[in-house]
Amino acid sequence: MSQNIKLPETEEGTILFNVDPIIIKQHYEIDYLHSYAQDSPFFAGLAKGKLLGSRCTGCGYTYATPRGHCMECGEKTDWFELPQNGRVHTFTTCHFGGEAFLKETPFTLVLVEFDGVETLFLSRLIGVEADNVQIGMPVRARFLRNSKFMATDVYFVPE
Amino acid sequence: MRPVYMISGGITKFAKAHPEMDFRLMVKEAFDYAMNDVPGLSREMIDGSICSYFSDHFTRQLKAGAMVQDYLGLCPKPSKRVEGGGATGGLGLQAAWEAVASGRMEVCVAFGFETMSRVNTWKGNEFIAQASDTNFDYPVGGFYTGYYAMMVRRHMHEFGTTVEQMAKVSVKNHRNAVHNPYAQSPGKLTIADVRSSPMVATPLTILDCCQMSDGAAVAILASEEIAGKLCRKPVRISGIGCGTDAMRMADRPHGKVILLPHESEADYKDLRYPGVHSFRGGRTAAKLAYRMAGILHPVEDLDFIELHDAYTSSEIQTYEDLGLCRYGEGGRFVDNGSPFMPGVDYGLDLPERPAISIPVNPSGGLLACGHPVGATGLMQAAFAFWQLQGTTGKHLGDDTLQLKGAKRGLIHSHAGTGTYITVTILEKA
Ligand SMILES: [Zn+2]
Repeated sequence: MSQNIKLPETEEGTILFNVDPIIIKQHYEIDYLHSYAQDSPFFAGLAKGKLLGSRCTGCGYTYATPRGHCMECGEKTDWFELPQNGRVHTFTTCHFGGEAFLKETPFTLVLVEFDGVETLFLSRLIGVEADNVQIGMPVRARFLRNSKFMATDVYFVPE
Repeated sequence: MRPVYMISGGITKFAKAHPEMDFRLMVKEAFDYAMNDVPGLSREMIDGSICSYFSDHFTRQLKAGAMVQDYLGLCPKPSKRVEGGGATGGLGLQAAWEAVASGRMEVCVAFGFETMSRVNTWKGNEFIAQASDTNFDYPVGGFYTGYYAMMVRRHMHEFGTTVEQMAKVSVKNHRNAVHNPYAQSPGKLTIADVRSSPMVATPLTILDCCQMSDGAAVAILASEEIAGKLCRKPVRISGIGCGTDAMRMADRPHGKVILLPHESEADYKDLRYPGVHSFRGGRTAAKLAYRMAGILHPVEDLDFIELHDAYTSSEIQTYEDLGLCRYGEGGRFVDNGSPFMPGVDYGLDLPERPAISIPVNPSGGLLACGHPVGATGLMQAAFAFWQLQGTTGKHLGDDTLQLKGAKRGLIHSHAGTGTYITVTILEKA
């Protein structure tokens, strides 16, 4: 037993914003091991320049944003290739955003509709002035050559 | 099921930041306020609680509800957390209703809070956007104002809704809040102020959007026997409803309108529903709550509405979901002056006596009160409770917002792009 024992002191400090009440900086960061699981073929498709949707094996409902099972009837879906030409269903140009996207502002988001497909697909639209985007405007998919295996590997441009 | 009453409510002022109080103390303040309003109620008589807060990211403390439970001195009574995004408060209130209606509890406290000031606004936007599909929506530029902007752009396309109509909602709610000391951002605005404020996501400006807040709120519910003993003016919760929709807006079907009792299929021959312009979860919640409360004609059977106006656009969309007007008429409902308070000067050119008058968000709503997520739905319950008690003047220190003879009100809590929505009907006992 030693009564003289002490914890070693360190040079690290705390960033202090205020003293009454005390407000300090508290850091938090994490890397996840994220699996796309049953949606993986969609992201593999993007790397090959393909847009894959889901078609229900039970009721035939078609989804432009993939899902492994049908929202209407619960049956399994099959993959099918979506057309790469669609139309703007709705749009917005974001001048602010989450911190991760602030440096990209302003950017234009669109929900794309495809002929013969029952649901929509969220993506970015580039190559057109914000004021000139219109509902119904024809758009075409383009793909990043260096895939990041993210939904942003595909984006849309005016047709 | 047996009748359930609200016997008290409390709110901790909604503000940009409350660094002097942590979430426990914020709830404690609202809780003490509510307890003081029913002097006959002791902590021993409380059978349990429901905790409502949305985000562990904002709280940076998992299982924060347990810390509130002990801080309020409610251990070892039963408690659980309820979470459903923006509708967390509404869901929490309904969970407390279930506890009393089932006979499991005589008195149940619903408490809610959010501490959004702990990160900067942009990080906060990111946290909120994590409540959208993190594979398909969030990475594309996940931003809730962007999602709502896309929805209202489609609403404008389908129905001719205008940005001026949306701006009038902002003017209305900020103006109402001038008489509400609990509100974060009251103000006398003009349509030009709203339109010339910074653009967030076209066509929504910063004054079309609610702000992030710190705040807490409490609602105390009780059985008929206890309510009759403890509360001079209890308010009955006569209907509850909840509806849902797909997390991803892109997945919403384009089918048939879900009809309310006063509507017919012929009203909506060519409308593809809900698409991204309407909230079928909100319509479903209203339908269920109306059925339970026996409401056949919402604008005739209700005296006021406190609804989840996270955006001016979603207030207009919600008029339609609740059946205050038909789908497509939400913008005109504003122009007609229907949702404005009688006797308040908005500085707008409005009809003197609207054909239909049903004040919406007399409190100022989320746009002016703020939106500390888990507290918001319970704040609405407190305001509705005070309206029906006729005690708005007492609790707000100003009776401008007290509606004369209000007998029945509706509160509406809403999550995500319409993923969880609750509707609760309260009426004078
Ligand atoms: Zn199916």
